[in-house]
Amino acid sequence: MAEENGDVSGVATLTKKDFTSDQEPRWCPGCGDYAILAAVQGFMPELGIEPHNTVFISGIGCSGRFTYYMDTYGFHGIHGRAPAIATGVATANPDLHVWVVTGDGDALSIGGNHLIHALRRNVNIKILMFNNQIYGLTKGQYSPTSEEGKVTKSTPFGSVDHPFNPVALALGAEATFVARTVDNDRKHLTDVLRQATEHPGSAFVEIYQNCNVFNDGAFDLIRDKQQGLHNQIRLVDGEPIVFDEGTRCLAFALAHLSHGPTEPTCIGVFHEEDRSTYGEAVRSQLERAVERLGPGDLKTLLHGGDTWTVG
Amino acid sequence: MASRPTGSMSKTVEERDHVVIRFAGDSGDGMQLTGDRFTNATAILGNDLATLPDFPAEIRAPAGTVHGVSAFQIQFANNDVTTPGDHADVLVAMNPAALRADLDKVARGGTIIINEDSFTQRNLEKAGYASDPATDGTLDGYQIYPVPMTSITVRAVESLGVGKKEAERSKNMFALGLVSWMYGRPVDVTLRWLEKKFGGKPEIYEANVASFNAGYNFGETTELFAHQIHVAAAPVTEGIYRNVAGSQALAWGLIAASVRSGVPLFYASYPITPASDLLHELSKHKNFGVVTIQAEDEIAAANMALGAAFTGHLGVTGTSGPGIDLKAETIGLAVITELPMILVDVMRAGPSTGMPTKNEQGDLLHAMFGRHGESPIPIVAPSSPADCFSVALEAARVAIRYRTPVILLSDSFLQNSSEPWLLPDVDALPTIDPRFATPNGSDFLPYARDERLARPWAIPGTPGLEHRIGGLEREDRTGDISYEAENHERMTQIRREKVDGIAADIPPLEVDDPTGDAELLVLGWGSTAGTIRAAVQRVRGAGERVATAHLRWLNPMPTNTGEVVTKYRRVLIPELNSGQLTMLIRARFLADAKTFSKVQGLPIWADELEDAIVRMLHG
Repeated sequence: MAEENGDVSGVATLTKKDFTSDQEPRWCPGCGDYAILAAVQGFMPELGIEPHNTVFISGIGCSGRFTYYMDTYGFHGIHGRAPAIATGVATANPDLHVWVVTGDGDALSIGGNHLIHALRRNVNIKILMFNNQIYGLTKGQYSPTSEEGKVTKSTPFGSVDHPFNPVALALGAEATFVARTVDNDRKHLTDVLRQATEHPGSAFVEIYQNCNVFNDGAFDLIRDKQQGLHNQIRLVDGEPIVFDEGTRCLAFALAHLSHGPTEPTCIGVFHEEDRSTYGEAVRSQLERAVERLGPGDLKTLLHGGDTWTVG
Repeated sequence: MASRPTGSMSKTVEERDHVVIRFAGDSGDGMQLTGDRFTNATAILGNDLATLPDFPAEIRAPAGTVHGVSAFQIQFANNDVTTPGDHADVLVAMNPAALRADLDKVARGGTIIINEDSFTQRNLEKAGYASDPATDGTLDGYQIYPVPMTSITVRAVESLGVGKKEAERSKNMFALGLVSWMYGRPVDVTLRWLEKKFGGKPEIYEANVASFNAGYNFGETTELFAHQIHVAAAPVTEGIYRNVAGSQALAWGLIAASVRSGVPLFYASYPITPASDLLHELSKHKNFGVVTIQAEDEIAAANMALGAAFTGHLGVTGTSGPGIDLKAETIGLAVITELPMILVDVMRAGPSTGMPTKNEQGDLLHAMFGRHGESPIPIVAPSSPADCFSVALEAARVAIRYRTPVILLSDSFLQNSSEPWLLPDVDALPTIDPRFATPNGSDFLPYARDERLARPWAIPGTPGLEHRIGGLEREDRTGDISYEAENHERMTQIRREKVDGIAADIPPLEVDDPTGDAELLVLGWGSTAGTIRAAVQRVRGAGERVATAHLRWLNPMPTNTGEVVTKYRRVLIPELNSGQLTMLIRARFLADAKTFSKVQGLPIWADELEDAIVRMLHG
């Protein structure tokens, strides 16, 4: 509806400013979140998406603040539940552009259940998962993506937990769009986010994001300009390493090419497929019900079944 | 069209004012269906009635065991019926286990009809009987009618070509036919229903009709039953009636709220006993634009409903005890984001998993206080199955008008029970104006207030009203994040005052005090209304002066509540908990209220409450 109703010339005049709220970002100086925010605010006007048809929904963690910096509709929810709130929003009004901004703790730990169910339902939401492999807002405990042996405040002898592979998890949850990108490569980040936006249905984008305070350098092997050149395996549809975004098992294999950002790692779009979105399916079911049963009539409803008259 | 039972009414007819019948059998015996059909025929006959389904937690416990017994009780009368009855006048026991489970629920001297085919040595053992209770004296003092229901049914349908198993399965229709004859229930209602239900399966349909007719004719022709019992229609207000269960009435009330507000209904829920029927019912009515989602868990359901509320829908989530625990954090989020939302808690017995199929009013204080921080929330409770309709409408009205989550406290008794309902004139139902925010040119203030302290409901898709809400404390008016000390105190106060202010928007507490000089007030809430009415009617009949009042809104309470509870010298509060409303009343009004408490998973019986009232007056 946004596109249909939009005035084409009006859309073209949207700028980054239209998506920037009056709130001053309060992430730590040098945080990777700034780059992601700038990229999102920068590319949204290009897509002709109007702020009033856009909703950003976040959970708890440093990523949760993202919502306040976008001059769109926004809902900063509770820990881990953003995909569930977003499911409510995107199902109630399938015409909206709905984004979920989350982190590795928010999405994969406390909110793991909502994430996988939103993905398998193919709710039309774009999930940006900022992965910094640490709990930043609570000042440095290991996260479900931290490497084994991680020494943090809560694991002075090193963590013994095996981490999630977020891309593999999303693929296993039947996601229809799964990608990985890095916070400091503006072009790659923007390209991936643009593809995610254009994908009808759930898009899961893992963004390697540097927490320069509690986990600095976690992704150096991939993010660093020099090393990154050697260690990023860029997935480009149809290009060598001969790659086809439509094949889930190939994507799954590629997801497991590395055990983490400590060895050559794939970035780009792992998988994309077409499947009807949840919101559209719900809407068409409502329409079919009206076709079959006629528009709901309260009197017919109450008087249906056996009634009797007194007097 | 199947034939009707034949024969003439040659037996005598005995008049009764009221009768309580209990159908009991194995979970697989179809007792709920039998009770439901009997209820419908009874309703159409014009008796007033109340029902109580009583089924086990196990879906199919081992056949023939006591914990697999499923029962359905109905009281019907020629006058006002307020409860399903303390004790059954008639027990239909389809097997020994049903007899064993329910014998203590039969009035002394009552009638017991047993399916004697099922009283085999093996079934007696499974029920834990060492000898046959039908012959060993256990049933002395009762009127016993052994009827070979299974074998007559099998003979009645043998020409129809259905298998033995199917034939035996239709013995519940035999029981229904027999009891229908005993109480002169109309047969065409049941036959019509069978045709609708099994019309597509001719042999099953024929078998059920044959068993029903066999049961009816058995009653009429056999010498076992000397006379028919007649209960005249109850004098009631003129109009069109139907029988309705609480879960239906609640679902329809939510739909009505959607229709009368123009706000689409969005229901998200996770399956849980005894709230699932609400999801089942609502999901049938998608032609009203009702979105239903079976969420991945209780927390998701609440958050989906809240997300939908943000998007301009009437967000509703329903659950029972354990689920309301899980939703607590989300309710807090709804409180601080001030969005209209309804949380239906169909209360059930006990902490944790407790007794999921049994009833209790144990969640009042949880609804009131079960969140961290200060997070006041309106609470409303229906008092009868049909009342669920208007309470749902009322909850929606308050949620939308005040931009607040509302907890609707139903319980398993209300959800499963049914009663005749005088259908409302749908055009006369109240309308609800959602007053969605529209841009007015100036800067939008998402936490500005109207005269009721409600903030604007500005929904995504509206140009110019882009704003951000969330769980962090908001600055008054602007809605920006604020950690400012005085602002937090002000916002805490506004949230409280907004909910307290609803008291001005609800009717005063109505007191029923016929003589005007009662010494004792019986104050109730929720599903105990019927029992209280019955018990008070009895003590008044004995010349006692007793007043009653029933709270629909538990938070805020009507403005005159304090005046009412302090006016009477004694206040008795019957509750299916250990005294939760009593605690609130005592704390708020310094009233010397006493609790009549029952936490057995069962309703309060009118006779035990009657005793308690008399003891309080004279004890």
